[in-house]
Amino acid sequence: MGLLLDSHRRRALARLLLRLNTPLCVVSYLAGVFWFLGLAFSPLTQNTYISENAMGSTMVEEQFEGGEHALNFARDFTAQRRKTGSLPVAWLERTMRSVGLEVYSQSFSRTLPFPDETHERYMVSGTNVYGILRAPRAASTESLVLVVPSSPETLNAQAVGLLLSLAAYFRSQIYWAKDIIFLVTEHDLLGTEAWLEAYHDVNITGMQSSALQGRAGAIQAAVALELNSDVVTSLDVAVEGLNGQLPNLDLLNLFHAFCQKEALLCTLQGKLQHSDWASLGGSLHGLQTLMLMVLRQASGRPHGPHGLFLRYHVEAITLRGINSFRQYKYDMTAVGKTLEGMFRKLNNLLERLHQSYFFYLLPSLSRFVSIGLYMPAIGFLLFIPGLKALELWVKLNKADFGPEEQLGPNHSLVQPFGQDARGVALTPLVAPVLISQATGLALYLLPVMGQHVAAQHFPVAEAEAVVLTLLAIYVAGLALPHSTHRVVSSTPRGPDSGWMALKLVALLYLAIQLGCISLFNFSLGFLLAVTMVPAAALTQPSGPRFLYAVLLVLVSPGATLLGSLFLWRELQEAPLTLAEGWQLFLSALAQGVLDHHLYGALLFPLLSLGLYPCWLLFWNVLFWK
Amino acid sequence: MAMAAPLVLHLLLALLLGLGGQSRAEPERDSLREELVLTPLPSGDVSATFQFRTRWDSELQREGGTNHHFLRYAVLPREVVCTENLTPWKKLLPCSSKAGLSVLLKAERLFHTSYHSQAVHIRPVCRDAHCVSVSWELRQTLTVVFDAYTTGQGKKDWSLFRMFSRTITEACPLASQSYVYVDISRNGQENESLEVSPPPTSTYQAVILGDRKTYAVYDLLNLATFSGSRSLNLQLKWRQLQDIGSQLVPFLHAQRYVSGYGLQKGELSTVLHNTHPYRAFPVLLLETVPWYLRLYVHTLAITTKGKENKPSYIHYQPAQDRLRPHLLEMLIQLPANSVTKVSIQFERALLKWTEYTPDPNHGFYVSPSVLSALVPNLVGAKPANWEESPLFSTMFPTSDSSSYFVRLYTEPLLVNLPTPDFSMPYNVICLTCTVVAVCYGSFYNLLTRTFHLEEPKRSRLVRWLANIIRRIRGVPPV
Repeated sequence: MGLLLDSHRRRALARLLLRLNTPLCVVSYLAGVFWFLGLAFSPLTQNTYISENAMGSTMVEEQFEGGEHALNFARDFTAQRRKTGSLPVAWLERTMRSVGLEVYSQSFSRTLPFPDETHERYMVSGTNVYGILRAPRAASTESLVLVVPSSPETLNAQAVGLLLSLAAYFRSQIYWAKDIIFLVTEHDLLGTEAWLEAYHDVNITGMQSSALQGRAGAIQAAVALELNSDVVTSLDVAVEGLNGQLPNLDLLNLFHAFCQKEALLCTLQGKLQHSDWASLGGSLHGLQTLMLMVLRQASGRPHGPHGLFLRYHVEAITLRGINSFRQYKYDMTAVGKTLEGMFRKLNNLLERLHQSYFFYLLPSLSRFVSIGLYMPAIGFLLFIPGLKALELWVKLNKADFGPEEQLGPNHSLVQPFGQDARGVALTPLVAPVLISQATGLALYLLPVMGQHVAAQHFPVAEAEAVVLTLLAIYVAGLALPHSTHRVVSSTPRGPDSGWMALKLVALLYLAIQLGCISLFNFSLGFLLAVTMVPAAALTQPSGPRFLYAVLLVLVSPGATLLGSLFLWRELQEAPLTLAEGWQLFLSALAQGVLDHHLYGALLFPLLSLGLYPCWLLFWNVLFWK
Repeated sequence: MAMAAPLVLHLLLALLLGLGGQSRAEPERDSLREELVLTPLPSGDVSATFQFRTRWDSELQREGGTNHHFLRYAVLPREVVCTENLTPWKKLLPCSSKAGLSVLLKAERLFHTSYHSQAVHIRPVCRDAHCVSVSWELRQTLTVVFDAYTTGQGKKDWSLFRMFSRTITEACPLASQSYVYVDISRNGQENESLEVSPPPTSTYQAVILGDRKTYAVYDLLNLATFSGSRSLNLQLKWRQLQDIGSQLVPFLHAQRYVSGYGLQKGELSTVLHNTHPYRAFPVLLLETVPWYLRLYVHTLAITTKGKENKPSYIHYQPAQDRLRPHLLEMLIQLPANSVTKVSIQFERALLKWTEYTPDPNHGFYVSPSVLSALVPNLVGAKPANWEESPLFSTMFPTSDSSSYFVRLYTEPLLVNLPTPDFSMPYNVICLTCTVVAVCYGSFYNLLTRTFHLEEPKRSRLVRWLANIIRRIRGVPPV
C-alpha cells in the first residue's frame, strides 16, 4: 500500500512492469505448462488412501457365489429382450419380485431437440424398472443404488444378470442397514436422468415421466455397472461426471482396495497402472493417463450413468467390464465379489462420503494430485492476462510514466480519468462488446431454433442443419470487425487507445471467465487457458497481423475442440485421420448441444455465451482500424 | 409387508380419558391378559403380534375434562428400536420373560426379523360410571415380521419353534386370560390354503381393518390345548402357495420424501393414497418440522387428481429458532380412489458451528408425519364389546359399524444441511485476523491522511549506491 502511495516508487514500479512484462509473461506461461506436465511426477502426486473411517477396517470375507446364476439370468434376459424388442419390463418385474424385492417401474418419454444421429433416436420412450431391498428393521432413510443401463446398442445383459444375482444374494443377508435399490434403466443416460429427476421430484430437462411409487430415502452412493461379456479381463472405472464433477475420492479408493483384494485387473481411462511408478517411463505413462482424464473432464459430458448422480450430491462411479485378448479372464463371481465388498463397505457408512477429496486429478488408480497442487498451474497462466492488462492500463495512462524524469515538480498526480489523451474511454467499446455478445447469443439459440427452417430450405436433415448452422454462425462471426467499425465512431484520442481499451476489457473478461471455469472444472479452464492466453496476449493490430490471425483462429474454442479430439485419440493410441477427425468433430458438436438440452451440461452455453464472444473481442482487436 | 411402516420409537402418553366414560361393566382390577396373534402373509412371511395388558388401581382422582395444555407429543426420529429397548420393556411384564407367552421373546430371534415395532401405552381407565376413581392400564405390544427370505431360508412353512426357537409350555400364572390366535381367513381364496396344526379348539370371527377375518383360537389356560404333549408348537403350512404378486394394499397409506437438490432449498412432500373404491374420508395430518428447515407456508400446496384440495381445517404454529419446531395440522378430505400430494417448500438454515451434531454429514432427521383417520369398512361390523373382545381387535378401534380408527406414521426423513468443514474454523480465524491486520492499517492511512508531493530527499548512502549503479550502466550520476 505504502509503495503504491508513493508516486515516485509507483512510477518506478510501473516502469519495471513495462520493461519486464514480456519476459515475465513468457516465464509465467512456461511455469504454468511445466507445472502441469510435472503433475504426474513424484513430488506432486501422492498415494491414495481411504480417509473414511467407516470403510477403513473390517475386511470381511465376500461370499457371493452366484456367477453361474448371473449368467443364467443374463441368457434369459437376452432371450426376453429379443422377444419383446424393448426392455422386458414384465420379465424383470417378475424376476425381481421372485428374488424378494419390492418392485416398481417408471415410464418416461422425451422428444429430443433434434434427432440424435449417433444413437439414432429422436422421440424416445422407455421404462425403468427398479426393485428395492428394504433393510430389515430400518426406517428407509438411506439407500445405495446399483444401476445398470440397458439400451438397444449396448444390452448389458451380463450386467443385468449380475444385478439380479446380487439382489438374490443380498436379499438373504441380514446385515443391511441401508436400503439397496437395484435399477435397470432403458436408453442409458436418458433413463437414468428420468429416474433421478423423478426420485428427487424435480423437472430440469423437460423430461416427461411418471411419478415414482417407491422411494428409499436419501441416496448415499451409487455404482453403475456395464458388462457385455460372460468373462472379463479387466474392469475400467469412470469417474468424470456431468460438467466435470467428480465423486469423492474415497469411492474410487474403495474400488481400488477391492481390485487389489480380489486380484482383479483394474484400469483407469483404459490404461493399466505402470509397474514401476518411480521410473521415467512410469511417470510418462501416468502423464498420459492424466492427460486423458483432463480431456474427458474438460468435455463436461457424463462418462457413464454415474455422472448424472453427482448433481444430486450422490457419490457414484461407473464400472465397465472389458474383454480383451488377454489370456487370464475373470468370471462373474469375481466381479460380483468386488461389488459385494463395495456395497458392504458402503453399508457401513455413518455419514455421506465427505472425508476425502472432491477435486483431484488421477495419473493412475493408486496416485492422485490434489487441488492444492494443481491449481498453481492455472494460476501461472492467469497471471499473464493480468500482467498484460496492467501493462495496457499503464500505457493508457502513460503521461504519468514518461520514459525519463521529465515531470515538473508541481505536476499534479491525481487527475480524473478520461481527460485529454489519458484514461480509458468506454463508449467506443460498447458496440463491439454488444455485437460480440449478440453473436454468441445467436450461436446459442439459432441452431436449435432454426433447424426446421434450415431443413426446409436446404437439402439437409435436422441434425446436420443444427451442426451446419452452428459452424456457419461461428465462421460468420469472423467477419464482424468489418461491420463493427461502421457502428463505431472514430476515436478522438490517441491512435492506439481504442484497441488498447478493447484489449484491456477483453483480457479482463477472459481472465475472469477462465478463473471461474477453473474453479469448478479445472481441466476445462486449463485447456482453454493454455491455448487462448498466449494468443490473447500477443494480439494487436500491428506487427505480423496475418500470423496473429492464424494463431488466433487456431486457438478459438472450436479449433481447441478439434485439436482436443485429435490429442485424445492420439493418447488412446488410436490416431485419427483428418476425415475421421472432421466427422468426429461434427458429431461432437451435435452431442455437445444435445448434452446441454438433455442433461443440462454447461459446456455449450459456456463456450457460446462466454468464451466465443470474448474470443471475438480479440478478433476485433486484431482488425482494429 | 404391504407397507413399510416406519420403525420409530414413539413414546406416546395418550390420555384417552373419554373412553372410560361410557357406561360399562367395572373393569377387572390387578389383572393380566396376554395374547399372541400370528398372521401369515400372502408373500410367505409371517407376522407375530404380542399384546399384554396389565391393570391396577390407583388413588388418582379424575378431574373433569382433559386439559389440552397438558397434551404432549414428542418424537425421536433418529432412534431405531434395538435390544436396549427390549430388555426394560420385558421387565414391565408381570411374568417378565419367565413364563407364559413372554418366553418366546428371545432377543436373538426377534432381531432377525425384517420388521420390529414395540410400544407402551399407558392410560387411566374409569372404574365406575361416574369415573370417580380410576385404574391404570398398561398395554404393551410388540410386532415382528419374520421374513421368508432371510429367516426362513426360502421356506414358507412356519412353526413357533422355527420363529422363536422356543415353544409355549404354559400360560403366565398371573394371567386371567392367555390366548394364541392364528389368522386363517381365506383372503378371497376358494379353498383353504393354510393348514394349522394342532387343530384349534375354537374359532373367532371379527372385522379387523375393515375386513372379515377368522382366527383359530388356542386357550393356554385350558389344559386340553397341551393335550398329548407338554408344549404347544403351532405349525403353519401353506397347502398351495399364493401368487406373491397380489399384494394387499391397505385403504390408507402414505409416503413422505424430500424433493429438490442442492443445499439451499427443498420441498417436503407427503403423498396420501386412498385406495377405497367408493368412499371418501377425511384425514388429520400432523407435521412437526424442526426449526432449521424454514418452511415457506405460502407454498403449501395440496393437490388431488391435478386439482387443488382445500383443507377444511389448518392449524399452524410457526417455529422459534432453537426453541420450538413448526407444527402444522390439517384436516384433508381424500376422495375415493385418489392420490393426494401435500407439499411445502423450505429453506435450510445455517446452524451455529457448535450446534451441529458430531456426525453432521449424516444429515438431520425430520420426524414422520402422523396421519389419523376413520377409514371406512368394506363390510359392516357390529360394535364389539371393548372389554370382552380380544386385545388385538381393539388396536384399530371401530367407532361405529362403518369405520375403524387408524393412525399411521410415515417414514422419517434425512435432510442434509449446509455443513462447514470443521477443520476450517482455526484456519479461517488465522486468515481473517491476518487480512484484517494488514488491510486495516493501510486503509486507515489512505482514508485519514492528506498527500503532498515532495522532492525526494535521498540519504547519502542511497545516493552513493545509486551512483555506483548508474556508473555501471553508463548513465551520468545524479
